[in-house]
Amino acid sequence: MTTVLEGLLRLGVWLLAAPLLPGLINKVKAWMAGRRGPPVLQLYYDLAKLWRKGVVVSTLASPGFVAGPAVAWVAVLGAALLLPLGPLDALLGFPGDVLLLIYLLALARFATAWAALETGSAFEGMGAAREVSFAVLAEAAVITAILTLSWQSRSLSLQEMLAPSAGPGMVLLAVGLFTVLLAENCRVPFDDPNTHLELTMIHEVMVLDHSGPLLAAVLHGAAMKLLLFAALLVQAVLPLGDSRPRRRRWP
Amino acid sequence: MPEFLDHVGASLTRGGRLSSLFGVPTSEGGALQLVAVLAFDASNTLAVGRSQPFQGAFPALTLHHPQAHLFEREIWEQHGAVPQGHPWLKPVRRDHGAGPAVGGFFRVDGREVHEVAVGPVHAGIIEPGHFRFQCAGEEVLHLEIALGYQHRGVEEALPGGPHRASVHQIETVAGDTTIAHATAYAGVLEALAGTEAPFRAQWLRAIALELERLANHTGDLGALAGDVAFLPTASACGKIRGTSSTSRRCFVATGSDAAWSGRAAAPGNSNLHAWPGYAPDSTPPCVTSNRQPRGSGMPRPSGHGSRTPVESTPPRPAKSGWSARPPGRAAWCGTCGLTTPTGWYRFAQVPVSVWPDGDVFARARVRWLEIQRAGEFLRELFDTAPDGPLQLPLPPPTPNTLAVALVEGWRGEVCHVALTDARGRLERYKLTDPSFHNWTGLALALRGQAISDFPLCNKSFNLSYCGFDL
Repeated sequence: MTTVLEGLLRLGVWLLAAPLLPGLINKVKAWMAGRRGPPVLQLYYDLAKLWRKGVVVSTLASPGFVAGPAVAWVAVLGAALLLPLGPLDALLGFPGDVLLLIYLLALARFATAWAALETGSAFEGMGAAREVSFAVLAEAAVITAILTLSWQSRSLSLQEMLAPSAGPGMVLLAVGLFTVLLAENCRVPFDDPNTHLELTMIHEVMVLDHSGPLLAAVLHGAAMKLLLFAALLVQAVLPLGDSRPRRRRWP
Repeated sequence: MPEFLDHVGASLTRGGRLSSLFGVPTSEGGALQLVAVLAFDASNTLAVGRSQPFQGAFPALTLHHPQAHLFEREIWEQHGAVPQGHPWLKPVRRDHGAGPAVGGFFRVDGREVHEVAVGPVHAGIIEPGHFRFQCAGEEVLHLEIALGYQHRGVEEALPGGPHRASVHQIETVAGDTTIAHATAYAGVLEALAGTEAPFRAQWLRAIALELERLANHTGDLGALAGDVAFLPTASACGKIRGTSSTSRRCFVATGSDAAWSGRAAAPGNSNLHAWPGYAPDSTPPCVTSNRQPRGSGMPRPSGHGSRTPVESTPPRPAKSGWSARPPGRAAWCGTCGLTTPTGWYRFAQVPVSVWPDGDVFARARVRWLEIQRAGEFLRELFDTAPDGPLQLPLPPPTPNTLAVALVEGWRGEVCHVALTDARGRLERYKLTDPSFHNWTGLALALRGQAISDFPLCNKSFNLSYCGFDL
């Protein structure tokens, strides 16, 4: 019973806390630039607004256009639940869960690109091509980081990999993972989520034709992904984890 | 008619620059006259030619002189006279009731080629325009731009005037080039009346024009920085731009009413006494306490019919513009300095800003240089405030006259041409914003570039949509 309650609690935290992070980032950026900036809770307002709106679907689109963002959202949420949170165990920790995490993120990307191609727009296809090209580079970096952690901890479980204290090599790891975080979450200098410069966008191109609840799912998924990468980066570098023997194994 | 075209063609071959080319409908039987304004920058002269009335078609100049291509398309659109042999005859602003983007576009065939259509509704808050890219992968093979979504009929509203609203219509031709267009309009009216504005008003206009240049160049540099993800500079430039833009707005609200439209503006006048005391290292102070909204109860001793345009209109051009290049020339050459100055620029000149290249960086450097020089010029201006009246009564326009005003706006050459009828009313008023020349330049600059570079390239040109659409 406690496991179920804990699971629900974690789910709630991931779902509710994720949109706070982009709000905080935007606020800090605005302060640095001498502006007041949008409210910290702006993304919550946006999501609430989008949820009440209708959806415009291209006449060319198959049901995959709707399924894409949904699959991507669920995949990112699943990946998030695999991640341990500091001294707290992962909700679904098991040996090899790190591979599932990587594949879930890849699945999310595939679903987004799929939905983009469904629109039949030449530009969305271009965006999908860009996203996948960047992903090839970013995934290689993630896998290298994971291999490093795995080799160091002699384990394929996220809980054990992320627990030990960081050695000097962690500086390199931190730099690499931070770069991946920027690239994967379309932050400056890889992409700029604020400007909406149509033709330079990478990730945003693929979601240009999404609207209403679908766009809400995309935005919320992006926020969760950002939080996921931030949590992964912090735990990979700082010795926050609980390195005692595991209490719970899968299954 | 052939004689006219031969002369224009020969002049263009000699290195002339086509500042404007337009049709004037004559009263008898739907015949059309063409008027060409040619600038010879090397010899600092301006030539105006007018054809005999003709009907129907005329041989296109575009075949040998590409700089005429958009003008000839415009003549065809406005008057129906067909430029024979024009290689790409399609509407400039309208498509006969449908949207501008409905017209035919050049298409590149091939299995690997795809077409990307952007606009007129964009993802950001910018003006409406339709861009049609022919791409092979990320590389742009061809770009065609369709504008006209903001066509308001400015040129159609002006004949029969000057009307009471004319000056305000001119001021809104392009919102970021208000001062340049208002100055050109004032210059035209003054030339038609055969008079010249008081020195103090000329001085005021020069200050406002340079402030406009400062504000827009600073904003553009910030926008360029934002596009290459250099956010601190983007923020800083936005802030600085606000200051000079506010200063400019103070002018529009106070001083400009007097300087451009001949109204009394005691508040503006007193405001400006604060300016000579401006510290060199700070931004100019802008006294806003005296600001009067337009149309408030300010005293207006002189009637609306009397205007005192300030920049004396030249028989010759004010400046040659850095953006008034023939389309297709990639080299970026900032010629902000004056080949033949008018107004206050006869007494103090700004050096020409040039950078030896034609890419985005070169355009940014030219803007940077122009900011420096406009700043220095402003300092000189503040030290040389002339005394005397700010306004004089404006005589009515001379009948059957043609007047040209060229003003070096921040984007380049703003060209206004007016013709009066036998009663001294405006018969035809032709506006040429620098954007009119340069949109084609942007389209050509993109060839062979990556499509993701378009926003940056577009911003480095920063052309006006509404100034083109009129």
